[in-house]
Amino acid sequence: MPFDVTNRFARIAGPEKRASARVSGLAVLLGLLMNARQASAGSPTSIFDPAATPAHSIFSLSMLVLSVTLIIFLVVAGLLLYALIRFRQRSTDSGQDPAQVYGSNQIELSWTVIPILIVVMLFLSTTRVILETEAKPKPDNALNVTVIGHQFWWEYRYPKLGVVTANELHIPISDPNRPTPTYLEMSSADVTHSFWVPRLAGKTDLIPNRVNTMWLDPSAAGLYLGQCAQYCGTQHAKMLLRVYAQTPQDFAAWVKQQQQPSRADLSDQPLAEEGRMVFLHNACINCHTVTGTVATGRFGPDLTHLAGRDTIASGAIPNTPKQLRAWIANPDEFKPGSLMPAMHLNNHDLDAVTAYLTTLH
Amino acid sequence: MMQTPVTFPVSVDAEAPWVLPNRGIVGMWCLIAAEAAIFMIFVVAYIYYLGKSLTGPLPSQILELPILGTICLLSSSLTVHAAVSTLRKGKVQLCTVALAVTVLLGAAFLWTTAAEWHHLIYEEGFTIRTNLFGTTYYSLVGLHASHVVVGLLFLTVTFLFSVSGRLGEMHAERLEVLSLYWHFVDAVWVVVFLVVYLLGR
Amino acid sequence: MAKEAPVLEAIDQTAPAGHSSGPGVVYEWLSTVDHKKIGIMYIVYALIFLVLAGAQALLMRIQLAVPNNHFVTPQVFNRLFTMHGSTMVFFVGIPILFGFGNYLIPLMIGARDMAFPRLNAFSFWISAFGGILLYLSYFAGSGLYGAGSAPDVGWFAYAPLTAKVFSPGHSTDYWTLSILMSGIGTTGTAINIVATVICMRCKGMTMTRMPLLVWLLLVTSCMVFVAVSPLTAAQIMLTLDRYLGSHFFDTQAGGSAVLWMHFFWIFGHPEVYILVLPAFAFINEIVPVFSRKAIFGYSAMVAASVGIGFISLSVWAHHMFTVGMGPAGNTFFVFSTMVVSVPTGIKMFNWLATIWGGKVRFRTPMMFAVGFLFQFLIAGLTGIMLSAAPFDWQLSASYFVVAHFHYVLVGAILFALFGAFYYWYPKMTGRMMSETLGKWHFWFFIVGFHLTFDFMHIPGLLGMPRRIYTYEAGRGWEYWNLIVGIGAIVQAIGTLIFVYNLVHSYFRGKIAGPDPWDAWTLEWSTASPPPSYNFAVEPTVGSRRPLWDLKHPEDPDSSYE
Repeated sequence: MPFDVTNRFARIAGPEKRASARVSGLAVLLGLLMNARQASAGSPTSIFDPAATPAHSIFSLSMLVLSVTLIIFLVVAGLLLYALIRFRQRSTDSGQDPAQVYGSNQIELSWTVIPILIVVMLFLSTTRVILETEAKPKPDNALNVTVIGHQFWWEYRYPKLGVVTANELHIPISDPNRPTPTYLEMSSADVTHSFWVPRLAGKTDLIPNRVNTMWLDPSAAGLYLGQCAQYCGTQHAKMLLRVYAQTPQDFAAWVKQQQQPSRADLSDQPLAEEGRMVFLHNACINCHTVTGTVATGRFGPDLTHLAGRDTIASGAIPNTPKQLRAWIANPDEFKPGSLMPAMHLNNHDLDAVTAYLTTLH
Repeated sequence: MMQTPVTFPVSVDAEAPWVLPNRGIVGMWCLIAAEAAIFMIFVVAYIYYLGKSLTGPLPSQILELPILGTICLLSSSLTVHAAVSTLRKGKVQLCTVALAVTVLLGAAFLWTTAAEWHHLIYEEGFTIRTNLFGTTYYSLVGLHASHVVVGLLFLTVTFLFSVSGRLGEMHAERLEVLSLYWHFVDAVWVVVFLVVYLLGR
Repeated sequence: MAKEAPVLEAIDQTAPAGHSSGPGVVYEWLSTVDHKKIGIMYIVYALIFLVLAGAQALLMRIQLAVPNNHFVTPQVFNRLFTMHGSTMVFFVGIPILFGFGNYLIPLMIGARDMAFPRLNAFSFWISAFGGILLYLSYFAGSGLYGAGSAPDVGWFAYAPLTAKVFSPGHSTDYWTLSILMSGIGTTGTAINIVATVICMRCKGMTMTRMPLLVWLLLVTSCMVFVAVSPLTAAQIMLTLDRYLGSHFFDTQAGGSAVLWMHFFWIFGHPEVYILVLPAFAFINEIVPVFSRKAIFGYSAMVAASVGIGFISLSVWAHHMFTVGMGPAGNTFFVFSTMVVSVPTGIKMFNWLATIWGGKVRFRTPMMFAVGFLFQFLIAGLTGIMLSAAPFDWQLSASYFVVAHFHYVLVGAILFALFGAFYYWYPKMTGRMMSETLGKWHFWFFIVGFHLTFDFMHIPGLLGMPRRIYTYEAGRGWEYWNLIVGIGAIVQAIGTLIFVYNLVHSYFRGKIAGPDPWDAWTLEWSTASPPPSYNFAVEPTVGSRRPLWDLKHPEDPDSSYE
């Protein structure tokens, strides 16, 4: 008798054990699926939950494409399944080969022409959305923001407003009756990145030595999440995006705040004053800018209004004094491979510089 | 145990002679297709970067038409063709002469390229890293030159075989395969000449 | 049952009854120029790399099973996805498909060997060397004295991430050089296949009488010439940038990152068609035999295959919809990409029509072929979704794309390959693979496949980009990633069963005989395994299915087409 491993397995496991293994495996799977469905219902980055016109246009197109492909699938898979069942070899079969059919010009023509028609229809719908999004002329009241991608953070400059910030993009909401979209002009300081906030728009790449543009017009205030979508190096995964859509009043207030230089007089907070000394006398100023001081480094994010941000390290870490201190002590602990070196400050200096940074509203 | 070999039922027309193309020629055409694609990419890069250099010399400032080299290389196509046709007719000595002239003409071409590069590098200070023009110029011309070198190697070996009496009329087809490669190298030079020395300047 | 075709017995009585043992065997295989041995070496080599790259995938799935995981460091993860992709495409996909081509083409066209046997051996060994070079990078990524590690730039190695300043050391160069070697080997094999098909067909086998597998491999090989060379060129340019200071992709000097993308995808897209066309080839041979009917619409199949070959050369920038090519550029590539679905659909319908009216036997090769048919349909449809550029602006570089292309690579190509293994293993070894183990393999693998790749689409739709070593909780991605990981383990079990089946059947499989499946093409007219000279007398054929004519003298193909 040839050795047959499957029979052996069957004898060891026993029919009842195998059946119960199958049932419990299925139960685990169903449980997971239910959890998954629930978790994804509230996803803040779903492309099926559009909140701005580009995302809405794409959503409509996607519904059309999904419907067409679903119909094609049902028809073709249905026919295939039918054929496999109806024309299977049965045990009562004579063993003779069936009638050979080599082709049919009419049938072949029809299943060439119909797909061509479907393609034409999809192509025209797609072209319309491309023009609607990419070829849209820029209105005069659009807000212009320059976005520059870095390894592994986002630089935002508002040229007409004199504002420079990092990692958290603030834009005004846009009233559909009197649209005030935000136009982003994007490039990169190093390698290729990609700006993807699914609820607002499709993604656009940030490529060095090239300027790409896209626009956003969220209609509801709120926080929209996303992240870099083009592999850019070790910490690509933690180059997160946070877009704060604000009412015109809130946005104006934010801009006003951002336009202020950092506070010159820190005499009421001696530790912070000391921390400013630490900041200015260490290598921090090589990479970072704080307006109102001699720090004008541009390799790293602008820190002038750091304390007003919800997160640090491009969305990866909550902005609390404890986390901030830990980040400065050793960035690699949170984002191994990030380009900020550990500053090797002693504990006192760390406390001081953290105190200073928390004054930077 | 011997059995009659299988025969399949065929109709009468299978008695006609069954002639298929020569595999060397087909193989060489395939290689030419692949090599042509590589050259195309370098040509595309050259054309794309025309006028985009941020600094440094422009083609019109430092490039001179390589007339002599071009004449040598294109004539070598004629001589290699002569080598093939004389070998087909069994005239091995004439073939040897034709091969020798081909090799000399090819070497002359390489010499003119080397002289041009020597001038550019040592007198103009223009290298592959000078600017985008330098990058695309040296890589394209250099890639072509490397193909000339390989071709000359093969031709020289063939010439040596011929001189030592090992080449005969039965090798004509194989020599034609080699000559096909050489014609390709010349055709690439025509394209490079047009793109780099005429269009680009 | 049709009568069995009489077989070509070996005329030479000294044909190998027992092989030489010990060092003789090693020398025999190392120095062989026999297309059958070279084909088997390609296949075994690819299987080893399949296991390695599969292990890399498992490690990645464990890391991604839960958010903020610390199973591997980001640096290790980035190397894992780079090596997984590069290995699978260049050192599994290409070798295994060309390995089957190498083995089958001469047998199917009635030839004794390929056109250039020594080139054949050279192509194999240089490809093999390439694979070893890539894995050497794990030890020597910064040069032998500097240790260092494997490349981590992604399998498409976008510039300027690959510039010396962003990727110091030599790991990127290992990527460049090993794949360059593989490209040379692939081009050599493609030259061999075209020359063989055009110049070495047996008497009576006109181009329109060749098996469809031969046609498809001919088209694939022609595509190789036009597609692999751009990658070779781009890699030469990258190496010049990294070592001679040239500026091809140096954006600081005015160079263009987008140029690399164009060159890479001019290679990259045809490359995936180069991988899928041989899968079509296997299906074209398996489906008719197990439906007991000739392929429906042979001419249309040839035309569609050639059409796919041509059109696929014009679609490449659908990988670049997000780089800002502008409406004109985007629209062109939407159009060309959608157009390629027409000949592809034709093939699908022709397979359906072949089954229609047949008598389907659900042996293991056919089960995998059926899996292929459903899964390739789905893969093609998600491809159409991606071809709608605005939709792609959301889906590009997300897990939706990863799910789509794995659906093609695993669901279509790997399934077709498994079918090919079960179908031609008897010819290659003289023994049948175990049907029982085959069915266990099939069911484990297909369940695991769907667990992993069906559900992988969803995180993409929920905003999860690719190539991230971890992710935030609260995005709705967690449970889907866990299910994906479980499916990966199930597929691994299926694969292990397959490997066991391969080995076990070699020693204990039922003796196959020359024609175990009652098939119709020339390879089934010779012994299993064939003698080294393939056919004692070169055959003369009069139709597309010579063995059908022999078994059905009352109703030969030649009276219809």
